[in-house]
Amino acid sequence: MKTTPLNQIHRQLGARMVDFGGWDMPVQYSGVIAEHLAVRTTAGLFDVSHMGEIEVSGHHAFDFLQYATTNDVSTLVDGQVQYTALCYETGGVVDDLTLYRFAVDRYLLCVNASNSDKDFAWLQGLQKASEFNDLSLTNRSEEYAQLALQGPVASKILEKLTTVDLAAIKFYRFVQGTVAGIDMIISRTGYTGEDGFELYCAAADGALLWQELMTAGQPMGLEPIGLGARDTLRLEKAYALYGHEITADIMPIEARLAWITKLKKGNFVGRDAMLKAKETGLPRKLIALTLTTSGVPREGYPVLSEGKEVGYVTSGTMSPSLKKGIALALVETIAADSDQPLEIGIRKRRIPAERTTLPFV
Amino acid sequence: MNFPEEFKYTEDHEWVLIEDDVVTIGITDFAQDQLGDIVFVELPEVGDSLEVGKSFGVVESVKAVSDVYAPVSGEVVEVNEELPDDPEVLNTSPYDDGWMIKLKLADTAALDALMDVATYQKFVEKD
Repeated sequence: MKTTPLNQIHRQLGARMVDFGGWDMPVQYSGVIAEHLAVRTTAGLFDVSHMGEIEVSGHHAFDFLQYATTNDVSTLVDGQVQYTALCYETGGVVDDLTLYRFAVDRYLLCVNASNSDKDFAWLQGLQKASEFNDLSLTNRSEEYAQLALQGPVASKILEKLTTVDLAAIKFYRFVQGTVAGIDMIISRTGYTGEDGFELYCAAADGALLWQELMTAGQPMGLEPIGLGARDTLRLEKAYALYGHEITADIMPIEARLAWITKLKKGNFVGRDAMLKAKETGLPRKLIALTLTTSGVPREGYPVLSEGKEVGYVTSGTMSPSLKKGIALALVETIAADSDQPLEIGIRKRRIPAERTTLPFV
Repeated sequence: MNFPEEFKYTEDHEWVLIEDDVVTIGITDFAQDQLGDIVFVELPEVGDSLEVGKSFGVVESVKAVSDVYAPVSGEVVEVNEELPDDPEVLNTSPYDDGWMIKLKLADTAALDALMDVATYQKFVEKD
């Protein structure tokens, strides 16, 4: 199994480790609910070193990314981050990612761990089949450790360890600077819906950075957070997770990601299929559901309207903040838009599920 | 981890307290620890008849759904009505407030198949 540079630290902390797409990762330390609430109320530290990083540079980098990704790269300035996706010609999703612009000819893509090799091969294939020859693609995944510091007091913790003016880093912006004497990318991004940072440093510095952040942050309530709470935190904010809300068979425009799918920006991979699908009408869409009685919706559970199956749950959990079952579900558009009550089938029962506006929290 | 001596145990990590022909059933400290934060419990109804080895209820943590299996056959004579409203009691008090059901035994011989505390402890260490 693959390990991150922080594997020893997780074990020393007594984390419960799981196989996460081939990575030996901590699923929880003290417990999912306590960790979840720590991030919502104080701060949490996540090892996300399993995430992949792919550098795209060269004279054709901008045009290539404008062609390969769904969002509009032309709106970015240096030091800006963009949430975007890679799609197949069918409109299905190869991966979702954050794109960092260092310069008009240099970008870093942060991609999902289990997709990073697939993404890299996909980008190489796109390049070969295209006229973008002044372009260099480098898989730097093993060079980086990545820690996410998230929560209302995240910036107060980080400012103890750096002279960088954190207030000047706006949401979805980044700078290069030092924290605890370690060189890194300081990015005001995250996957929790709280204020916070994602910190990219050399793999060899990852363990030191973790220790420094924990030491500085513990007096302010900083807790280590595992993948269990990472999932419940993102789900309360209705952030998509690859393999669930978006897959090779689901288009971003079906999954409430039209805002990162800029169909008017010009040609990009997957655009024709999406334009065609929009023209004929999207048959299904992602909706948010909240259970009105007790129960926990789970991935794969059917969504029912008048007793008939009209879709399925893509992600579900008991929301630690709301103490209610919440779910994202891919549902036939007609049923999603009607006023007919919906239910989720949980084992032998049908539990009423209310359509909810996003995010849940 | 704590395993009371007066209980019997199953390989599915249930505990059984035997009082004449009525047994009280719950899940062990090991089971609750493995599950993590428990957020949902589904129990049978009084009068239901349970068959040994068959699922009689469900315990869900944030991350996982687990069936609970009948350690012996019998008729449900009492269920812990407070548990569905307070499922985290299974984490904090698995042997007392977290009891799940009471069963009137169909056949006392079935109790012989259960593990004593020493055997269960060894079983858990191997698991």
